[in-house]
Amino acid sequence: MAEGENKGLVLLDFWVSPFGQRCRIALAEKGVEYEYREENLRDKSPLLLKSNPVHKKIPVLIDHGRPVCESLNIVQYIDEKWPDRAPLLPADSYARAQARFWADLVDKKMYESGTKLWKLKGEAQEEAKKEFIEILKLLEGELGDKKYFGGDTFGLVDIALVPFTAWFYSYEACANLSAEKEAPKLVPWVKRCRERESVSKSLPDPLKVYEFVCFLKKVYGIE
Amino acid sequence: MAEEVKLLGRRLSPFSTRVAIALNVKEVSYEFVKVEIFGQKSEILLECNPVYKKIPVLIHHGKPICESMIILQYIDDVWTRNPSILPSHPYYRAIARFWVTYIDNNLLITIWGMMMAASKEAAKEAAGRAAEILQTLEEAFKQCSQGKDFFGGDAIGYLDIALGSFLGPLKAGEKLSNVEIFDEKTVPLLVGWAERFSKLDAVKEVLADAEEYIEMVQSMNDGVPTV
Repeated sequence: MAEGENKGLVLLDFWVSPFGQRCRIALAEKGVEYEYREENLRDKSPLLLKSNPVHKKIPVLIDHGRPVCESLNIVQYIDEKWPDRAPLLPADSYARAQARFWADLVDKKMYESGTKLWKLKGEAQEEAKKEFIEILKLLEGELGDKKYFGGDTFGLVDIALVPFTAWFYSYEACANLSAEKEAPKLVPWVKRCRERESVSKSLPDPLKVYEFVCFLKKVYGIE
Repeated sequence: MAEEVKLLGRRLSPFSTRVAIALNVKEVSYEFVKVEIFGQKSEILLECNPVYKKIPVLIHHGKPICESMIILQYIDDVWTRNPSILPSHPYYRAIARFWVTYIDNNLLITIWGMMMAASKEAAKEAAGRAAEILQTLEEAFKQCSQGKDFFGGDAIGYLDIALGSFLGPLKAGEKLSNVEIFDEKTVPLLVGWAERFSKLDAVKEVLADAEEYIEMVQSMNDGVPTV
C-alpha cells in the first residue's frame, strides 16, 4: 500500500495558508479526526504531486486515498459528508445560494488584494489599499448586525473569511492599513469567531504571519 | 400556480446559457429577460446584482441569485425532481466542482484570446494553451463519465453544462484564429461528447453556434458588439 493511501483522513497543508486553515476549521467544527501533514512548498511531496496533479497546491484532503482539492470544495465536501452535525451551510436554498456567493467573493477578492498590500509599493500600493478597503466595507455591509455571516450559525462564509484576519497585523505593518479602523463592524465578529475553539486552534499567531511575510519580502526582493 | 422565474441574460453569454440549460433540464418555465450589459447597463441588472453588475441573474420569487454555477446549485436545490444536476455522492460533487473551477479559471480566457486575438502570434499562443487544457479535460472526461455518454453519466450534469455552454465560442475561436484544436484526433472523447450534448432538447434551442459568435466578434466596434 502506497504511503497515504487508505489511511482515513489526511490533510496536506502549509501552516500559514488561509486556505488550509479553512479546512482545519471545518474539520474541527465537525469533530472529525484527521492526520495533518505539513508540506514543504519548495520540495513538494510525491503524495501532493499525485493527489493534485493539475495545480500541485495545498490544501488537499485525502479521504481513504481519494483526494479533494480547492479549499471551499473541501469545506463543502466535509459539510456534505458529515451532514448530521454542525451544518456549515443553511438549510434554506436561497440562504445557501447567498452563502456560496459571499464565500466565492471572499475567494475571488481577499487573497489577491491582500497580497498586493505587502508586495507593492508607492502608488500601486495606494491603489491596492483602496481596493482592499472597498472589499472590507462590502463584507462589513453584508455582515451588518448579524452574529455571523449566515445569521446565528457559524458557517461557510465565516470559515472562508476568518483566516485572512490573521493577516490584518501584516497589512497594517506593511501598508499602514488598519482593517479594524476601516471596517469596525468586523471587529466583534472576529472576536466572536476567535472564541470558537475550531478557529483559535487553527489560526496562526499574527506575529508569526508577519515574520513569514517579511521572509517572503526578502525572497522576492521587496523593500 | 406558476412560480415566477426570470433569467436576466443574453443569448450570446455562455454563462447565461448555462442557466437556461439547467432550467430546461429541470423543465422549469421561465421568462428570459434580455438585458443591456454594454454601455448603460439595464436598471434591473444593477438592482439585482449590485456587487458585480453581471449576468446571469436568476430571479425566483422576486429574489436574485447571481453567479452561473451558484445558480445551477440553487436550481438543483429547489427543483429536486430528476434528473439531478450535481452528482449525489459528496466525492463526485467535489470532483465536478473542481473541474468547473478549472474551466472557469483557465479555459475561458484562452477561448476569449482565440476569438479576439490581435495578431497571428497571439492567436497561436491562446490556441496552444487551450489545446493543453482540452487534453486535461479529455482525461477528466474519462474519469468522470466512466464510459458513459456525459461527464454526469447517462444524463448531463453540472460539468457538462458548464463546459458545453462554451462550445460555440470555442469553435468560433478556432475559425477566427485559424487553428484546429477541438478535433477527433486530439480530443476524440470530447468531440463525441460535444455532438451528443448539442443535440439534446434541453440544449439545442439555447446553445448559440459558432457562426453567431463570429458575427458578434466581427461586428465589434471598440470591443462592443453592434449586433
